[in-house]
Amino acid sequence: MAEEWQPKILAIICNWCSYAGADLAGGARIQYPPDIRAIRVMCTGRVDPLFIMKAFQDGADGVLVSGCHFGDCHYLEGNFKAAKRMFLIKSVLKNIGLNDKRLRMTFVSASEGAKWAGVVTDVIKTVKELGPSPLKEFQK
Amino acid sequence: MAEKKEARIGVFLCHCGTNIAGSINIKEVQDYARTLPGVVVSDEYQYMCSTPGQGKIVDAIKEHNLTGIVVAACSPRLHEPTFRVASKVGGINPFRFEMANIREQNSWVHMHDKEGATAKAKDAVRIAVAKASLLEDLFPKSVPVEKAAIVVGAGVAGIQASLDLANAGIPTYLVEKTPTIGGRMSQLDKTFPTLDCSQCILTPKMVDVGRNENIILKTYTEVEKVEGYIGNFEITLRKKARGVMTPEEAEAKGIVGGGCNGCGDCSGVCPVIKGNEFEFAMAPRKAIFIHHPQVVPNIYTVDFESCIKCGLCVEACGDKKAIDLEMEDSFEKIKVGTAILATGYELFPIEKKAEWGYNRFENVITGLEFERLICASGPTGGHLVRPSDGQTPKKVGFVLCAGSRDNTGIGKPYCSRFCCMYSLKHAHQIIEKIPGVKAYLFYMDIRSFGKMYEEFYYRIQDEGAKFIRGRVANILEDPKSRNLMVFAEDTLLQRPVNIELDLVVLASAVQPSPEADTVRKLFGVSKSADGWMLEAHPKLNPCGTTTAGVFLAGVCQGPKDIPDTVAQAEGAASAASIPIHVGKVELEPYFAQCMEEKCAGCGMCVNLCPYSALALVEKEGKKVMQVTEAKCKGCGTCGGFCPGGAIHMQHFTTPQIVAQIDAFLLGGEQ
Ligand code: FES
Repeated sequence: MAEEWQPKILAIICNWCSYAGADLAGGARIQYPPDIRAIRVMCTGRVDPLFIMKAFQDGADGVLVSGCHFGDCHYLEGNFKAAKRMFLIKSVLKNIGLNDKRLRMTFVSASEGAKWAGVVTDVIKTVKELGPSPLKEFQK
Repeated sequence: MAEKKEARIGVFLCHCGTNIAGSINIKEVQDYARTLPGVVVSDEYQYMCSTPGQGKIVDAIKEHNLTGIVVAACSPRLHEPTFRVASKVGGINPFRFEMANIREQNSWVHMHDKEGATAKAKDAVRIAVAKASLLEDLFPKSVPVEKAAIVVGAGVAGIQASLDLANAGIPTYLVEKTPTIGGRMSQLDKTFPTLDCSQCILTPKMVDVGRNENIILKTYTEVEKVEGYIGNFEITLRKKARGVMTPEEAEAKGIVGGGCNGCGDCSGVCPVIKGNEFEFAMAPRKAIFIHHPQVVPNIYTVDFESCIKCGLCVEACGDKKAIDLEMEDSFEKIKVGTAILATGYELFPIEKKAEWGYNRFENVITGLEFERLICASGPTGGHLVRPSDGQTPKKVGFVLCAGSRDNTGIGKPYCSRFCCMYSLKHAHQIIEKIPGVKAYLFYMDIRSFGKMYEEFYYRIQDEGAKFIRGRVANILEDPKSRNLMVFAEDTLLQRPVNIELDLVVLASAVQPSPEADTVRKLFGVSKSADGWMLEAHPKLNPCGTTTAGVFLAGVCQGPKDIPDTVAQAEGAASAASIPIHVGKVELEPYFAQCMEEKCAGCGMCVNLCPYSALALVEKEGKKVMQVTEAKCKGCGTCGGFCPGGAIHMQHFTTPQIVAQIDAFLLGGEQ
């Protein structure tokens, strides 16, 4: 195991924009740190708060939800509905003593490869600054 | 959903040459995969997508009696269809296949971190195996395709696409927001490098459109709403109030032998004078008008914004009774199987580059204005004159890349692709028409990339045009003579130049129009970073989009010249005709299903569904949700919000996603 602590960050990203944007970053060989694992859903509208809470319960240090820009959702407004839910989840996180910066929602389009790399880099940096999730203790 | 076989998963790793294997230790991941629960075989190959690579999958399914396949390779957006077919050939349901993206989202973005990339690949495989263990048999739904198409935008791209579709026997709605078809090409005088007259080659096609029985022409009409999906789009059109009835419309209203025949008597008596948009306001039009004599259809239009409703036109029209000054917008719903967007471009507002003085100095014009001024059917009958005094210019400057290849944040970073060539053509035209004229081209690079284009460039050099390699820094006007002082740098001679010119033509950048952006959103098409519509794949699917059944033609996808536009239009027409000719399409079976025993009948999902695919129904004395599969597009928004977890989102079920999350966070080496 490496000396430096490697955070565990889950990304849930939509097929049409952010996943495509992440693919584009690859095509353009834009380098970013590897400490993120992505799960693909068709639309961020699919993101059940349960998924996010489950991830934190399992000890995730951060969660990123990324979809299309407003107005660009492949299913009209799934991203909008998801974004509205994020506020709620963030307040729940705060209530259970987690810094709500551990959860982030971003909007990255299919043509924004560089932006995706920037978002991931930034999320990793934020989570690294926050340190390991305090919920990890409860897992044991 | 019920029968659960014990999962037997096969994992296959692709080297993709060195694309993946260069940054990820494939052997290590392969050995690791074998240790994962449910995995019975783990293999690797140089190129999994090749025939022998796919063969490995097919054989393994039979040999190991697999229930699920994981291929760790490139993006599922690229090869998921390929491996689904391989899974099917092997004898299992194609939806029992799951892909782990270890190229685009791993080896290519962590090229110098083999350890990190390998660890990430292991996690990705573990996550994919967790999902594959829970995948179910799914069956795509086959739906019939409406035998009709829509083409939005009737420039040369839309015209060509409609003609091709129509000639292939497909009824085609050609929708155009302005009163006439023809688009930008009808404004051009000559076309490079052949110098044939633009109108002469376009008008026959326009007439064909008017005559073709399979083309339903809808001018002065906009797309209002798009519903449905490939094969069954339901589109609402807004027919803007034209104020004038066609003979057919008149007949429908019981006016025998009436309707507009394009005689123009109305326009003759109309007292309102406005700038003709087609001529960039360099010529007048009336409040009841046609833009130019070759319009198709040859029907007048009332501009209700400037009409004063004096009624003189109604009188002049007489018994034809074609004019209705009380007309209102009307709506029509059409059903089509596929759609082509061909919404074209508009000029970048070049006055934003204030240093060149467009709009401040009369004798600074755009390339399109030049086209009208040199065109025999234009406002000056083809005599190029200076707007300030009507004199024939003797010294004319052309500023290329005006607002294109501009990284100042004001202009556009991209190359607009046809301005070099039309500027060369402009130089040729004035040299041909005005004896003794001097043409100066200020350029960055001349991009003469097409067939016979470079030869054309040499020809213009031989004809005596002066080429100055450098950007124009500033243009000033002599208030008396209205001549223009052009300051530039000749980067080849490395010295500043300033020249006094009579006329300056800006080869302005092009950009998508705001209306095009509305259409783009209505059809759910993405846009590229530069604002143009995004194709499904830049190289292998340049006509397609990520919305199944919607295709792109012409400049709306990115700047291109006429030959490329027409070629793409033919490509788009051919692609759009395929589902129609096949007669049915298969929809990915990512439908929502209601688990009735869990459903509390709260109806939250019903309101959330963007497609009205869900409804509450009574079943055995209790309210439950019901899905209309044909309307469900599988976004999963209902599933993400159901408080009772009662929605089963096929292929993205809650247990599957939770298993992925658990596999990532709990399953690995802690
Ligand atoms: S499809 Fe990207 S957020 Fe809805």
